[in-house]
Amino acid sequence: MSILVIAEHDNSELKQATLSVVAAAKAVGGDIDVLVAGENVGDVAEAAAKIDGVNKVLVADNAVYGHFLGENLGELVAEVGKGYSHIFAAAGTVGKDFMPRVAALLDVAQVSDIMRVESEDTFVRPIYAGNAIATVKSSDAIKVVTVRPTAFDPVAAEGGSASVESLDVVKDAGLSTFVGEELAKSDRPDLASAGIVISGGRGMQNGENFKMLEQIADLLGAAVGASRAAVDAGFVPNDMQVGQTGKIVAPQLYVAVGISGAIQHLAGMSDSKVIVAINKDEEAPIFQVADYGLVADLFQAIPEFEEELKKVI
Amino acid sequence: MKVLVAVKRVIDYNVKVRVKPDNTGVDLANVKMAMNPFCEIAVEEAVRLKEKGVASEIVVVSIGPKACQEQIRTALALGADRGIHIETGEEVQSLEAAKLLKAVVEKEEPKLVILGKQSIDSDNNQTGQMLAALTGMGQGTFASEVVVEGEKVNVTREVDGGLMTVSLSLPAVVTTDLRLNEPRYASLPNIMKAKKKQLDVMSPEDLGVDIAARLSILKVEAPASRQAGVKVADVAELVDKLKNEAKVI
Repeated sequence: MSILVIAEHDNSELKQATLSVVAAAKAVGGDIDVLVAGENVGDVAEAAAKIDGVNKVLVADNAVYGHFLGENLGELVAEVGKGYSHIFAAAGTVGKDFMPRVAALLDVAQVSDIMRVESEDTFVRPIYAGNAIATVKSSDAIKVVTVRPTAFDPVAAEGGSASVESLDVVKDAGLSTFVGEELAKSDRPDLASAGIVISGGRGMQNGENFKMLEQIADLLGAAVGASRAAVDAGFVPNDMQVGQTGKIVAPQLYVAVGISGAIQHLAGMSDSKVIVAINKDEEAPIFQVADYGLVADLFQAIPEFEEELKKVI
Repeated sequence: MKVLVAVKRVIDYNVKVRVKPDNTGVDLANVKMAMNPFCEIAVEEAVRLKEKGVASEIVVVSIGPKACQEQIRTALALGADRGIHIETGEEVQSLEAAKLLKAVVEKEEPKLVILGKQSIDSDNNQTGQMLAALTGMGQGTFASEVVVEGEKVNVTREVDGGLMTVSLSLPAVVTTDLRLNEPRYASLPNIMKAKKKQLDVMSPEDLGVDIAARLSILKVEAPASRQAGVKVADVAELVDKLKNEAKVI
């Protein structure tokens, strides 16, 4: 077996999700190659070559891949990947965008968002927003799979010494062009891979009040998230949404503040190791999954939480 | 321009999902079914394009058993002009759905195809992208804004880091995210009118598409349930537990 892992990166840094996808590939077994597609990705390729367990790094460095357009990546990965038994990518918005194109171009099914590898052709994945867990077997010659990064412990970022090979494959589908982007700038850790996440819900009442959570996040080295209700209400931008259709997180500690715990939210965070809920409604469903629940008005509890944390950190 | 919208009949999003005791799937007997929420957003976007004078005709298509016609009628009541039902009792997976939709695209030649980004039952998030690849179209996935300008469509997409805008040549595929719009409700007169709108029924064989599934579901289980923990009396106790019991700070 041979597995092609598509690296997740931003042209300058390799994302930790890649290490989790390599871990999933290792669970299948066989040679693991990593494809780094982007623009000016020398540093990313170097980092990918150091990943533990990687055989070879393939580099497609061209402006046509610079913005990760699904049409171009789809053609590239279908071409490079057709010699492999498995093609794996992280189930982030880039992987979700181009991987189904790869599957369609290769005329194979895709298995989305796997949480576990049962064997080389059988995978476990959530359906119905995580309310059911399906074991799925693929009968196709090439398994095109997206991986839920939080479900696999990342392999070591160092220790490997893969060869690096440059690919001269330029696929410009000519169907789409990049116009612009508005990316959130933050010094805090990435929400999807942070060890601690503190999230606010509708109970926060407005975007300004999220500053209270940011102060605690900075004390703990945490990322700040939000429920769909808080995003829909316009308190915070969409990239902060945790849940079925937002980001899936599984940190060591998840603190839910003013979040009632709708099923769609629970689908995005219930694999967290320790869950804390702070909510004034003691009937809120979030308490049914919380390890520690505090029934309190968040506007009193959060400043107190900050003071108490300062004493112990 | 003509707009094609694909809609899927799924379990109503308010229904609590129960796994069957024999682990073969989810219990759908006597359960309320509805249009997939992301598909409702797709229909709404098409109707808004028509109201703006950008779209001239909206064709809505659904794949599945006869009961899917309910969801097609709902879309017709919301403002779609005409329906296509690809009737089959078989389970249709994403790749095969994309192939069926491709056959419809070839017949109808729409300028824009709008689909939900995922259905809330199988949660695959594949069909729109597969359709785009099979038809050689560009794709604007996870859309939060769609602006048609001449022979191009600009799509603002919800991506992990924030928002990203791409420009696509028409014809193109758009898949909807939650914040693209807020779907309207159908009015009673429009529900009545929808009953008279044209609805063509065809089979996968009529379209020449093999819908045999490539993925087999070996079992479906309920997720491991999390036990509720303890309630703490105050913030001091919470911090103490986090530090000394859970040891996570």
